[in-house]
Amino acid sequence: MTSPLDQKKIKIAGPVVVTANRVDDGAVVYRSPDGGWTTELGGAAIVIDADSARSLAEAAAGDDLHAIGPYIAPVKLLPGGNVRPGNLRELIRRGGPTIELPAPLES
Amino acid sequence: MYIYDAFDRRLLAERVLEFRDQVSRRLSGELSEEEFKPLRLMNGVYLQLHAYMLRIAIPYGTLSTPQLRKLAEIARKYDRGYGHFTTRQNIQFHWIKLAELPDAMAELASVGMHGMQTSGNNVRNITTDQWAGVAPDEIEDPRIWAELIRQHVTLHPEFSFMPRKFKIAVGASDRDRAALRIHDMALRLHRDAAGGTGFEVMVGGGLGRTPYLAQTIKPFLPKRDALSYVEAVLRTYNQFGRRDNIWKARIKILVHDLGAAAFAKEVEAEWRSIKDGALVLDPAIVADIAGRFRYPDYETLDDSPPGLAATRRNGRVFDAWLSNCVTNHKVPGYAIVTLSLKPEGGTPGDCTAAQMDKLADLADRYSFGEVRVGHEQNLALPHVAQRDLPALWRELDAIGLAQTNVNLISDIISCPGLDYCSLANARSIPIAQEITRRFRDLDRQRNLGRLHINVSGCINACGHHHVGHIGILGVEKNGEEFYQITLGGKADENATLGTLIGPAVPYAQVADVVEDIAAAYLDMRDKPSELFIDTVKRVGIEPFRERVYAAR
Amino acid sequence: MPLVENGQIVQDRYRYVGDEEPIPERVPVIVTAQRFLADTDALIRRDGSLGVLWPNDRRIAELAPWLGHLALVALQFPKFRDGRAYSQARLLRETYRFRGTLRATGDVLRDQFHFLIRAGFDSFEVKKPADAGAFAQAASRYSVVYQPSADGQVPALRRRVQRAAPSES
Repeated sequence: MTSPLDQKKIKIAGPVVVTANRVDDGAVVYRSPDGGWTTELGGAAIVIDADSARSLAEAAAGDDLHAIGPYIAPVKLLPGGNVRPGNLRELIRRGGPTIELPAPLES
Repeated sequence: MYIYDAFDRRLLAERVLEFRDQVSRRLSGELSEEEFKPLRLMNGVYLQLHAYMLRIAIPYGTLSTPQLRKLAEIARKYDRGYGHFTTRQNIQFHWIKLAELPDAMAELASVGMHGMQTSGNNVRNITTDQWAGVAPDEIEDPRIWAELIRQHVTLHPEFSFMPRKFKIAVGASDRDRAALRIHDMALRLHRDAAGGTGFEVMVGGGLGRTPYLAQTIKPFLPKRDALSYVEAVLRTYNQFGRRDNIWKARIKILVHDLGAAAFAKEVEAEWRSIKDGALVLDPAIVADIAGRFRYPDYETLDDSPPGLAATRRNGRVFDAWLSNCVTNHKVPGYAIVTLSLKPEGGTPGDCTAAQMDKLADLADRYSFGEVRVGHEQNLALPHVAQRDLPALWRELDAIGLAQTNVNLISDIISCPGLDYCSLANARSIPIAQEITRRFRDLDRQRNLGRLHINVSGCINACGHHHVGHIGILGVEKNGEEFYQITLGGKADENATLGTLIGPAVPYAQVADVVEDIAAAYLDMRDKPSELFIDTVKRVGIEPFRERVYAAR
Repeated sequence: MPLVENGQIVQDRYRYVGDEEPIPERVPVIVTAQRFLADTDALIRRDGSLGVLWPNDRRIAELAPWLGHLALVALQFPKFRDGRAYSQARLLRETYRFRGTLRATGDVLRDQFHFLIRAGFDSFEVKKPADAGAFAQAASRYSVVYQPSADGQVPALRRRVQRAAPSES
């Protein structure tokens, strides 16, 4: 994915979060409102305009001690307040591979 | 296989120490990610969608049983109980934690394994065909040359920051089982008119956004000059390869832009100034490396031992397995057994830790402790006595490694795709899985015969879809997964790039399309023995295009 | 930016001189390739050590005729990932037999010291002060090398046949 900072003009078409991968284990994380990172999408900071998205992404990019490769990712807001990933890639990042992992044989 | 000596072990130990230090400086913040990233890539550590991925080199696809057992241990201890064999004879673990990597690497180093240069802009794992050393038609073992080149390019001070990655393959037979022509550089051992052996050197192959087949720039290179010529090619590429655009940075672009003749001339000029220097391969040096390759102490056996024929007659499935998965060996009485890692509904190339351990036991008993990994993402046991085939087959069947589908339509090559990979646009594994379900009937598969399907989840083409008989490339259109279909690709000595048959089709239709293509082939082949790929060549893609898009 | 030579942080004897500046007398200077090629005779006749900062996208062959007059060649790593200067360095040392000071400039980081030394550099404008202090440690990381290079270390392939194997550890 292109770094959000490489984009001269950030255009967003709906609510977005900033997501990245945690440094020590590569787990998927989302930038939280307090400037930290959370593995729970429900705890992510959600923004709806390009300027807020840009500052959220810039702050995240400066924090490579904890998370790497941050970028802006779409989310869907459902009635009732639930947040869902906004595309297939983000669904897979949050939920894991869509296929069954090989089951170990009984020894 | 090659046995490490004290020099090899020392270098590896020092590499592990250096990486441990680099990881600790990364975790403390002393190294930024920008500084650390090329360093971790040089050790085969990628960041993927869900986790880091560790890619471990299996030089020229040869594994000892201690190494295979260690891979099983790594899978259990540091990953999720399985590994994935790739189209470059490497193995990947998809759930590794950075903080645990130095320990994992130290364990791998204890059996002479590592992830050095399985990523990054350097020279990657040197591949050969998985039957090297045992194929009846090779003129000598190409792995010795692969090892000489491997050592030469490992931690090479000049070629660790090239414009882009560089993949080398070595072959030693007229039949190309190593896909030489899709490599940045390939060296093929052959004989000249006088009977001497030397290398045909080809450069500029590569798939991806702009696929090219490698071109011959040196028809006959004497063996003594192998390293100096490789050096001259790399030096030319390092200096003049493009660095302004990642999509134009491979050597194939440089060769194409200059023209093969001009490129060859540039290499020749550089080569002349170094060819008689420190890189000359004296016979003593070659003999030293060759001497550390261990070959089995074969028994003197006859081909077709009694009992084998009887077992074939009495067992349809065993007979099918023998026909499909077992091939001739250069030593009488022996055979090469291919183990399909493509079970119905499974992920192509995946192997569980339990399977690895059990396979290691079988390899110790039946294959002199050696296993091979092929770029088709299957394994092989290279030294099986023919008299042991029935017993071996039963034991392989018990651990799920006796699928009879080698080279058939369900023996699919696939990259990990969007389920794992951060470069992907679409999923590839479920596409492959559905095809294996549609074609589960073995008789139907055998009727279709040899048919190679390759699936890639993005244009980087790690599934080698350009050279599949049927190639499937995942693309994204408006947030949905679509797939382009190509026909007529070949990865062998008559390497060909496939041709697109029409507009991309949606995810849910891909398996239907493959069924239509298979049906069209059955209708059009001029006799049952005409292979799919030959029918495509004879009739062209138009009839297939019509069939596929008639109702779409 | 500390300068490291012979494993230590040292004062830079050389002064970089801009293309429009007058060249001081009897002081070691480094000029750009442009200036050098425009003013070659005057520069090489000048009393004082002369160095040239050569870009990484020009052939060393262009500089080769004057190497005998140069005390120093500085090569460039605009980003450490751009490894063209490694080839330039080896060409200078091994093909053209340059014996003067070979300096690495630009994005020169600790994790490349091993490669830089092997490629023939002996003077390093180190980007991070902390890296300068770790030079000796980084430089002695590897006791085995697999290929010959400008530093003259005997590669493993040859050590084996010379029967100079290290003792088992």
